[in-house]
Amino acid sequence: MHDQLFWFFSIAMLLSGLLVILSRNPVNSAMFLVVAMCFMAGLFVLLEAHFLAIIQILVYAGAVMVLFLFVIMFLDLKAERRRRFRILTFGGGIIVAAAFMVKVHDVVEDMPLVAAKGVAGTTEAVGRLLFTRYLLPFEVASLLLLVAVVGVVLLSKRDLK
Amino acid sequence: MDFPEPIRLLAFLLGMMAFVAVNAAYLVWAERKGAGRFQRRPGPTEVGWAGLLQPVADGIKLISKQVIVPPGADPILFRVAPLLVMAPAMMTLAVIPFSETLVGRDINVGLVFVFAFGAINVMAIMMGGWASRNKYAIISAARVVSQDVAYEIPMLLVVITLLMVTGTMNLNEIVQQQAGWFWHWNLFRLDVNPLMPVTFIIFFICMLAETNRAPFDMAEAESELVAGAFTEYAGMGFGVFFMAEYANIVVGCSLATVLFLGGWQSPFGVGSGVIWFLLKMYALVFTVIWVRWTFPRTQFYSLLNLSWKILIPISMVTLVLTCILLKLT
Repeated sequence: MHDQLFWFFSIAMLLSGLLVILSRNPVNSAMFLVVAMCFMAGLFVLLEAHFLAIIQILVYAGAVMVLFLFVIMFLDLKAERRRRFRILTFGGGIIVAAAFMVKVHDVVEDMPLVAAKGVAGTTEAVGRLLFTRYLLPFEVASLLLLVAVVGVVLLSKRDLK
Repeated sequence: MDFPEPIRLLAFLLGMMAFVAVNAAYLVWAERKGAGRFQRRPGPTEVGWAGLLQPVADGIKLISKQVIVPPGADPILFRVAPLLVMAPAMMTLAVIPFSETLVGRDINVGLVFVFAFGAINVMAIMMGGWASRNKYAIISAARVVSQDVAYEIPMLLVVITLLMVTGTMNLNEIVQQQAGWFWHWNLFRLDVNPLMPVTFIIFFICMLAETNRAPFDMAEAESELVAGAFTEYAGMGFGVFFMAEYANIVVGCSLATVLFLGGWQSPFGVGSGVIWFLLKMYALVFTVIWVRWTFPRTQFYSLLNLSWKILIPISMVTLVLTCILLKLT
């Protein structure tokens, strides 16, 4: 049951990921991205990381994608036109993707197999890790977000003056 | 009664769907009857005794109508949107504890679960509005997003404030902590945190805004936007949106009951049960209807100002003060 669910979620996630880049209408792409996020949350549930799964839906499927869609709708993007197939872009894409795969493979090889233990996903465990071991990256990330917020306010206010 | 888990879940799911459908139908009746009384007129009286069969008649009328997809609309998104509004409301009810044993799934992150699926609701209304390709619907979609994003912030902030007091996100445990006389309810636990009533009021206002209820029903402002995001929906397409609004009110009031009013706990410390839960929830639902027919619709800008300039600062201050209080005691 566990294995079947894993295959179901991963194949469905990959399929909707493919549809994100294959569909020509930007809104449809965004919707497929939401679907992919939801399947990813399913994978988190299988790893017993319930908190992460819920946060995945709350933050990505809920908040981030709503804002994405909002921007897409406001820019009123038309469906993308069919472009000529270019060997250079295609080859470049293949090279980048291959390099990325090699890197991911390296990282996965080095990783100790601890994720499936089942305790790492609870709220307390995540909170404790964030405030002890990963405190510095956590604070750096929030500082980055703050800088982004200030930057956006500055950029959007400049026109008003 | 011990049933095997899949059968219990299936039974619960069916029960939940029936509960949502009956509630949606009869809350419409209650709303119209209440609106009538508030305006010194009788409300529906024709179909059945005191108009009690009116929802059935409306349902039959809506079902028998054709669902027309406008030629310019996005056919898939247009059809999916009503389902996506309804489904999250049903899913969230699965983690709400109606009584000590009557709960679909008692999960540890129940509280965040409710908010996660509440956020999908926003996306669904926006999808409906956008897919219709109607200028009123698109204005409405834009309003829904800016309104719900604005009100989600103070709502989550006050929920964090509450979480610091309860120390758990499991809804069942939150209710169990509030056992005993009614001054043990989170709303009245002034000894732990004297700011509890403030958090409750902010929570309630945000809930009104999140469920798009008057005075914050900017999405469906019929005097300016025809019917907002639902303009192009005919028949049951509109019917499902309409039912989902009431389903979401039920979810919101259930959550408020669980978090602040002691869930299924009786106010006297004895005789707790599902009846108390329903009593408190419907009292809150009545308040929601009452507010709608008492206050006029606000302007869109004052609505956003209320959230960003008043509610968010207040809930921030509440959060910080609660931190300090909990550290001192």
